[in-house]
Amino acid sequence: MKNFFVAAITVLVAMTGFGQKYFTKGAQINFDATSPSSPEKIEGINRTATCVVDTKTGNMQFAALMKGFGFERALMEEHFNENYVESDKYPKAEFKGEIKNSDKVDFTKDGTYTVKIKGKLTMHGESKDVETDAKLTMQNGKIKATAELSVLLSDYKISIPGLVADKVSKTAKITVSCLLEPFKS
Amino acid sequence: MRKLLYQSAIGIVVLLSSNNLWAQDEDLLKLLGEEKPKKERIKYAFKSSRVINGHSMEFLNPGTMDFRILHRFGQLNQGYKNFFGLDQASMRMGFDFGILQNLMAGVGRSTYKKEVDAYIKYAPIRQSTGPWSSPITFALVSGITMNGMPWTDPARKNFFTSRLSYYFQAIIGRKFSENFSLQVSPTMVHNNLVPLETNPNNIYAIGVGGRIKLSKRIAFTWDYSYVIIGMPDSGYYHPLSVGFDIETGGHVFQLHFSNSTGMNERAFITETTGQWGKAEVRFGFNLSRVFQIKKKK
Repeated sequence: MKNFFVAAITVLVAMTGFGQKYFTKGAQINFDATSPSSPEKIEGINRTATCVVDTKTGNMQFAALMKGFGFERALMEEHFNENYVESDKYPKAEFKGEIKNSDKVDFTKDGTYTVKIKGKLTMHGESKDVETDAKLTMQNGKIKATAELSVLLSDYKISIPGLVADKVSKTAKITVSCLLEPFKS
Repeated sequence: MRKLLYQSAIGIVVLLSSNNLWAQDEDLLKLLGEEKPKKERIKYAFKSSRVINGHSMEFLNPGTMDFRILHRFGQLNQGYKNFFGLDQASMRMGFDFGILQNLMAGVGRSTYKKEVDAYIKYAPIRQSTGPWSSPITFALVSGITMNGMPWTDPARKNFFTSRLSYYFQAIIGRKFSENFSLQVSPTMVHNNLVPLETNPNNIYAIGVGGRIKLSKRIAFTWDYSYVIIGMPDSGYYHPLSVGFDIETGGHVFQLHFSNSTGMNERAFITETTGQWGKAEVRFGFNLSRVFQIKKKK
């Protein structure tokens, strides 16, 4: 009987430990607000976003510093920070959500899966529910993940002045790609 | 003993499962640890590299060129016959280049005295936050101007160097908040040639410039220089300009009223002839268009 309990406890402890977490500090996020009538590409790239995924619960989280977005044109970067996302007031964009069908993914074997991701995206002080498909590729114990997402800028109270209304798209395309490594605490 | 074991086992099971329940709402990013504070430059204290007339604590981004067209119209008190001064205009056209994040240089030419000017501006210290940060920006400007007018007395022996003047300026500035920036700039202007023997060659002044942001794209600015030493006896005044910066995407418009005509340091510090009290004030605007010459990676 004593042995049974020891075994039971061991199994339980092992099970909680089994839920592997994956992370990265170098996720790439592209922010594209180019509209068909834009005179130039309006695209910022952040290569220092952080992400943690808990494969057991399917929970996942992203965070990116707004000032980490680099633009080809310095003036565009200034306007992005100063006038649109107000990065001094709202320094971070965050996503907190879950992989809806994480039970379908075998994280121990190489392979490619399409998963549904649902959660809250917080940006410019506003939170909105978002949903998208992501592609997960298991490779040598690491997860390669890519996802695309369209957000309506007005949902996040990012206003575009009338003067440039036709030059900036009302929806931004956000593309995420990252390579998640197993997290060892 | 058996009972104790049994109870503790249940206890552990409960503990572990409740642990799992909490895990639903845990902050996963906390696992990665707190990010170390990084030194970060405070940017955008002013919309432009000039407050109005004088240099601001702000620099152009590396790889950009600022094409500036400056206009100063006639005096407001001329009334309707000169359409409040708008019938006359004096202008300066300038090209400024951002070389490093704390180094820039520029050239310009003014219609007033057909003057060509050039300067170089460098900031050894930039305002920043985080470890080893500085609460202020400290910048140095060194400039030269060349008078292009015909010699007033062609009969005497004239030297090329007599056309030249120099100015040296330190800028101590701070962006106090998103909406308020202030800077102080001690300046020295040296004229190689002065009109009268009694006029000093060196003129010392202290400038105070600031910005109050009214909205995301509009700001109230002022630019004052107090001439401490070397003010000619009469007919010259301390230059004061007040105005608005309006940003319209690609351009920055600086609309203002000023008692000076000159648009370089030598001209507006040492040769301001208007008096605010008598409405000898001119409307003027600076138009700044920044071009990216070298693409950022």
